[in-house]
Amino acid sequence: MHPAFSVIFLTTLIGVGQGLFLALFSSQTYSIVNVLPAQPGGYYALGGLIALGFLAAGLVASFFHLGHPERAWRSASQWRTSWLSREVIALPLVMGLLFLYAVVNWLELDADLFGWRLHGQVPLIVGALGAAATLGLFLCTGMIYGAVKFLQTWATPLTVLNYFLLGSASGFVFAAAYAAFKAPNVVEFYAAWAMVLIVAAFAGRAAALLRNARIKQVANLQTAIGIRHSKVQQRAMGFMGGSYNTREYRHGKGLAFLKSVKWIFLALVFPIPFLLLWLGLALGSSTAYVAAFAVQYVGLLFERWFFFAQADHPQNLYYQVVG
Amino acid sequence: MTQLALVIDLNVCVGCHACVTSCKQWNTSGQAGPLFDDHPYDKDPTGTFFNRVQTYEIGEFPNTETLHFPKSCLHCEEPPCVPVCPTGASYKRKEDGIVLVDYDKCIGCKYCSWACPYGAREFDEKQKVMKKCTLCVDRIYDQSIPEDRRKPACVISCPTSARLFGDVHDPESEVSIAIREGGGYQLMPEWGSKPANHYLPRRKTKMRIHEDELVRADNPLKKEDIRKEKSTDVTLDDWLM
Ligand code: SF4
Ligand code: SF4
Repeated sequence: MHPAFSVIFLTTLIGVGQGLFLALFSSQTYSIVNVLPAQPGGYYALGGLIALGFLAAGLVASFFHLGHPERAWRSASQWRTSWLSREVIALPLVMGLLFLYAVVNWLELDADLFGWRLHGQVPLIVGALGAAATLGLFLCTGMIYGAVKFLQTWATPLTVLNYFLLGSASGFVFAAAYAAFKAPNVVEFYAAWAMVLIVAAFAGRAAALLRNARIKQVANLQTAIGIRHSKVQQRAMGFMGGSYNTREYRHGKGLAFLKSVKWIFLALVFPIPFLLLWLGLALGSSTAYVAAFAVQYVGLLFERWFFFAQADHPQNLYYQVVG
Repeated sequence: MTQLALVIDLNVCVGCHACVTSCKQWNTSGQAGPLFDDHPYDKDPTGTFFNRVQTYEIGEFPNTETLHFPKSCLHCEEPPCVPVCPTGASYKRKEDGIVLVDYDKCIGCKYCSWACPYGAREFDEKQKVMKKCTLCVDRIYDQSIPEDRRKPACVISCPTSARLFGDVHDPESEVSIAIREGGGYQLMPEWGSKPANHYLPRRKTKMRIHEDELVRADNPLKKEDIRKEKSTDVTLDDWLM
């Protein structure tokens, strides 16, 4: 498929935002039960607003993908059948809950809702709703690609898993960088979890790469035109100047380029940020965390480009030779 | 239930592109506004078409065959392109099974085109909406057109009558009989999209003749050759003649 930058930015940016929120919420939950030192409400509020900013930036990027953004509201209507429509609902829902989460923390609203005599039950409730919506959003984003069964490269549960793991990993890395400035006493929590998530994401992405390397295509030229002969070749696709079919479904770069992008993202998303996090932990350097996030985010742009470029659409069977 | 569709006879298609141009002409002149064209008379012309004719070579020289292959939306009975549309702009009509895009609702997200395994949808770069074959829905029901011409433009224009149009759910329709008796098949049935359009295969009229049909092996004269040996027995003839 042709990787569209609008979608690359949309999926990577909301991934960071969702992961960051999960990081904030988990650390806040830990602190409620006194496993982690509690932070002032402002810390979670600001972090929540930053996560909201990532999601908003992703939303803005997504509009560049649409031919008619002014009609975008219509896209919430088909949630019964369309994962894209579900995402269109989930994204603003997450954003709304994040905003609420930030407000609740900012005002330090609290009440003993459950009679546990613990502080922070209101943000806990709002955060739990937000976390559920966030996981739902990961599911929607992944299923947009995973649900198209003849895009076999994507039609695997690994697609959903990897959207979740890669987004969470980048969010936790960002949280480590954020905490390095705002709450140094919880940096280690974020950084350690980020490292775990990076390893998990690497496993998930590597599994997807291995799967795709040995994928067996269901359709072939013979079934596409219905001619049983071992040797069928296209002689003309019916036009010479290209069409939507030749532009939308191919990345238009060589195999060497594709391969190099793969190795670039494999380096930038996994080992380098991992080492930088480790360096940050060892030296207590905030620069290392910031660098880890920056490197990984750039790597994720490569990863997403590759994700789209690698998918081979069966319609390409009909468009192989110009004439 | 009615399911309108095309049946394309690959045995008679000569690859003249008349259906492509007549389709473009009809659909660029309709209510929906022109179909996008970029550099139509220049280098690298490109544009939106509902129908394309492709050419394939089957086999290896000298045993080759040329196949001209018209391709448009197949109006699938289980169209994978429809449920993915987030706006409901893509829909399948209950009354006649035609798959359509409501150009006023489409947001141009292109998701439906990703979900069509046949590459039948083409984005209109100027109107920024998704377009595809409508089976000339604005023609086949038009009472102001003589009844025998209420057919898709491509069907009418085809000089070899390679394109048939009708209800594939009516077992006695021309198209159903053609599919049933002419070996009509669907494209990429493995995806389960159940295309309504069918293709009739290339056919050759052949007779199988066996060697023993040319040389008579069971000539009765050879089996019991009455000419070779004459009987020496006295027969009735001897007495009479
Ligand atoms: S051919 Fe493609 S666009 Fe047409 S109904 Fe089938 S899936 Fe949809
Ligand atoms: S491009 Fe238009 S018709 Fe296709 S899925 Fe998007 S909104 Fe629906």
